[in-house]
Amino acid sequence: MGAVFRRELKSYFVTPIGYVFLAAFYAYAGLMFYVTGISEGKVRMDLLFSSLVIVLVVIVPILTMRTMAEERRSKTDQCLLTSPVSIGGIVAGKFLAAFTVYLAAISITVVMALVASIYASPDWKVVLGNLIGLALIGAAYISIGIFCSSCTESQSVAAVFGFGVLMCTTFISSIASQLPFEFLTKLADKVSFAERYYTFTYGIFDISNVLFFVSAAFVFLFLTVRVVEKRRYS
Amino acid sequence: MIEVRNITKRYGAQKALDDVSFSVNDGEILGFLGPNGAGKSTAMNIITGYISATSGKVLVDGCDVLEQPMKAKKNMGYLPEIPPLYEDMTVKEYLYFIYDLKKCKLPKISHMKDICSLIGLGDVYGRLIKNLSKGYRQRVGFAQALVGDPKILILDEPTVGLDPKQIVEIRDLIKKLGKRHTVILSSHILPEVQAVCDRIVVINRGRIVADDTEKNILAGFDDEKNIYLTAQGDKQSVLDSLEAISGAQKVSCKKAKGGELEIVIKSAKDSDIRRQVFDSAAKGGWAILEMRTSKPTLEEIFIRLTEQKEVG
Ligand SMILES: Nc1ncnc2c1ncn2[C@@H]1O[C@H](COP(=O)(O)OP(=O)(O)O)[C@@H](O)[C@H]1O
Ligand SMILES: [Mg+2]
Repeated sequence: MGAVFRRELKSYFVTPIGYVFLAAFYAYAGLMFYVTGISEGKVRMDLLFSSLVIVLVVIVPILTMRTMAEERRSKTDQCLLTSPVSIGGIVAGKFLAAFTVYLAAISITVVMALVASIYASPDWKVVLGNLIGLALIGAAYISIGIFCSSCTESQSVAAVFGFGVLMCTTFISSIASQLPFEFLTKLADKVSFAERYYTFTYGIFDISNVLFFVSAAFVFLFLTVRVVEKRRYS
Repeated sequence: MIEVRNITKRYGAQKALDDVSFSVNDGEILGFLGPNGAGKSTAMNIITGYISATSGKVLVDGCDVLEQPMKAKKNMGYLPEIPPLYEDMTVKEYLYFIYDLKKCKLPKISHMKDICSLIGLGDVYGRLIKNLSKGYRQRVGFAQALVGDPKILILDEPTVGLDPKQIVEIRDLIKKLGKRHTVILSSHILPEVQAVCDRIVVINRGRIVADDTEKNILAGFDDEKNIYLTAQGDKQSVLDSLEAISGAQKVSCKKAKGGELEIVIKSAKDSDIRRQVFDSAAKGGWAILEMRTSKPTLEEIFIRLTEQKEVG
């Protein structure tokens, strides 16, 4: 796992995907920080945090598109799978590498909070809660992205597929609210990533939301392992 | 020691391997010979645990590859048909990664140095893999299989696509490695297997058609011996006089052109009738321009073994 993690992390910055991801996130977050915070003359960190979901839906699939697909295309999976490493270890290493890059990206919000504290002290508890929420939704997104990457040999298919799945899981409640069935709307609210994430941005730290994202991350990593395992029998 | 027991692999309706069993003894270089599409790569992928068989099992030193994968895989180094290289790493980074991946315990720097000097990678150690030539890529693939000094090496068509000089170098390397490792070498090129291997398993269309030493495989086809004769004279009388020889089982004229006859005489394996052929020519007044004997070569046997199955 350690070897895969280190190689993967390094490759994010050899291929420019890591830089592209960081640059895109910093640019978007910076713009949002300006629009929601500084320009209004008020410090509203929660608006910044809630605005970040949409950019993650677009750029996380780009971060994860290579993970499994490229190994298969270049046949390097033959080397990984015939080494004395478990598939779980390989997937975990890849997840942690992507998550590390992701943490580097979202840590910019701490810098922004510090900048904001020049004008008015933000509520640090809310900032911390938001940061945890952001990390959790990211973990779930990344594991979905890795799962999508394991389903194909093509990076671009993996990215588009990942984008589609993230759109659905995130905005399912907005779609369902258009439907005339109340139970569907309620159900959609329960599984909607955005709804759960927004409660973090309101400053509410609900343990069920934490569990929701953590289990989503585990489920999709587990499914990735299953997809790789299953392929050996095809 | 590797034991392959009754492996069958299906891809949908097609059987890529059909009840394949063989074993490899310690210290042996086993040639795995078969035409393209015979199922060589499939078999090697199953042995190394990359894919799973539909039925049957593989034991590596007594460990089932599926049930105790960690233990079994630690003993094997695998060079797949296409070397599994990360294009964006240097040779050094790549080999260090493999070292970590295999949780190798040998002293890192000196182990890498040993491998590189054995394989001849010194010149390109710091180069990016994507810039390497085909021959060097193959060598990096070899180096990768050797990391951790595994007891067993599994090499899938390691000389495909190389130029003749590189092929000779790689063959020498395999021979050298065979002194310290158990090797399975797959190939569709007969002379390569002949040159390098102690024992040969011939596979065709997913079935094993022969499993023996080169000598014994040849011996199985040794019950006949052919004499190729080029003679000058009247066709009918030449054939008549040859058929009169007691040891000649079958005489056939392959070609008659410009008074020259090309004749093949089949004889029993333990009789030498060359002297009688000469005598009958002297008596009949026709001339022998050329005479040679031949046993079937492994090449012919290979073709015959694989053709038999296509009919059946
Ligand atoms: N992933 C696969 N899906 C379907 N058929 C396959 C697959 N891999 C190999 N085959 C088929 O199995 C047979 C054996 O292939 P392979 O083991 O690659 O042969 P070899 O290495 O001897 O050339 C071939 O007929 C090939 O078409
Ligand atoms: Mg092959």
